[in-house]
Amino acid sequence: MQTDTVQLVFYLFSFLIIISAIYVVTLKNIFHSAIFLVLTLFGVAGIYILLHAEFLAAVQVLIYVGAVSVLMIFAIMLTTRLASREIKQSNEQVMAGIFICAGFLLASLGSFANTVWRVVDKPLPENNTLTLGQLLMNEYVLPFEVVSIVLLAALIGAIVLARKEGA
Amino acid sequence: MIMLQYLALAAILFAIGVFGVLTRRNAVGILMSLELMFNAANINFVTFNKFIAPGGLTGQIFAAFVIVIAAAEAVVGLAIVLLLYRNWKGINVDRINIMKW
Amino acid sequence: MSEYLAVLVFLGVGIGMVLFTFFLARLIRPAHPYKAKNQSYESAEKPIGDAWVQFNNRFYIFALMFVVFDVEAVFLFPWAVAFGQLGLYALIEMVIFIAVLLFGLLYAWKKGVLKWV
Repeated sequence: MQTDTVQLVFYLFSFLIIISAIYVVTLKNIFHSAIFLVLTLFGVAGIYILLHAEFLAAVQVLIYVGAVSVLMIFAIMLTTRLASREIKQSNEQVMAGIFICAGFLLASLGSFANTVWRVVDKPLPENNTLTLGQLLMNEYVLPFEVVSIVLLAALIGAIVLARKEGA
Repeated sequence: MIMLQYLALAAILFAIGVFGVLTRRNAVGILMSLELMFNAANINFVTFNKFIAPGGLTGQIFAAFVIVIAAAEAVVGLAIVLLLYRNWKGINVDRINIMKW
Repeated sequence: MSEYLAVLVFLGVGIGMVLFTFFLARLIRPAHPYKAKNQSYESAEKPIGDAWVQFNNRFYIFALMFVVFDVEAVFLFPWAVAFGQLGLYALIEMVIFIAVLLFGLLYAWKKGVLKWV
């Protein structure tokens, strides 16, 4: 694909991500926020494809779009009474929040511009999933096994928390 | 440079997430903003992997682990939110101040 | 990279088709909105309360198990692709991984959260 097309697709996805992320944090109806969160995560999957991280894009769609957002929507349905009625969803720190975010954004963009990046112009490994599988089984086998323990702890902890007592 | 646009996108996404964490009253809303911040960090990992260290896939492995840990975090966090709801009949974090004193 | 052009076109056609259908339906359908049409059901029964009812807490436990085992499935893909070059060692690693998570499933089973009462 030509560089121009990639550039165009990048701007498309960035627009999608930024607009829907702003909706996620500002909408009054928390359920609509969750829907826009799905859109944002989908856009991030598109960005991964542009960066030649095809496996990560698939993981993003499977875990975030498929599972975590379902969990979020379930939690909203379980906890928010009358989600359609518009109750105040933001506190009185909005102005301070805008200032902090703008400051952070300016600082990070400034440091990006002032850093000398040592860019290496080399293609990534050809077969994304295969290389990841080899890395996972050799170099990163300890983190891989620890992940299973983390998931076990999360599973048991969440069951203990979410279960009704005595049930 | 082409790398900077990805970094700028990640920075903007992170800033939006920070804004959400600071201003949301609903605990689920705060968790959703956290997911935005995780995603910004992941975009950075993958970008650096592609432009700075393209020999291996260390950045992508890290991003995969971040996604998995974020899923575990969401599971436990939302369970805590459910528990709060059961005990307080509401999940607005400015009302939940039992840990303060 | 150019093979993703087909995906993009597919996405565009999919969205366009839905929008087109909605637009077409708007063109030809009659529009007489009134309040009773917005009720949950339009038959003689008057609905009590809101359509946003509280869901049962049990749904969350099932969603939670789904997320955890979804994550496990995601790790199986690169393992399966790379398995041909790795052999027995990788098999043992994956068996440990799955066994640890199976322990969580056993815990849930033992606690009786899998039963729908």
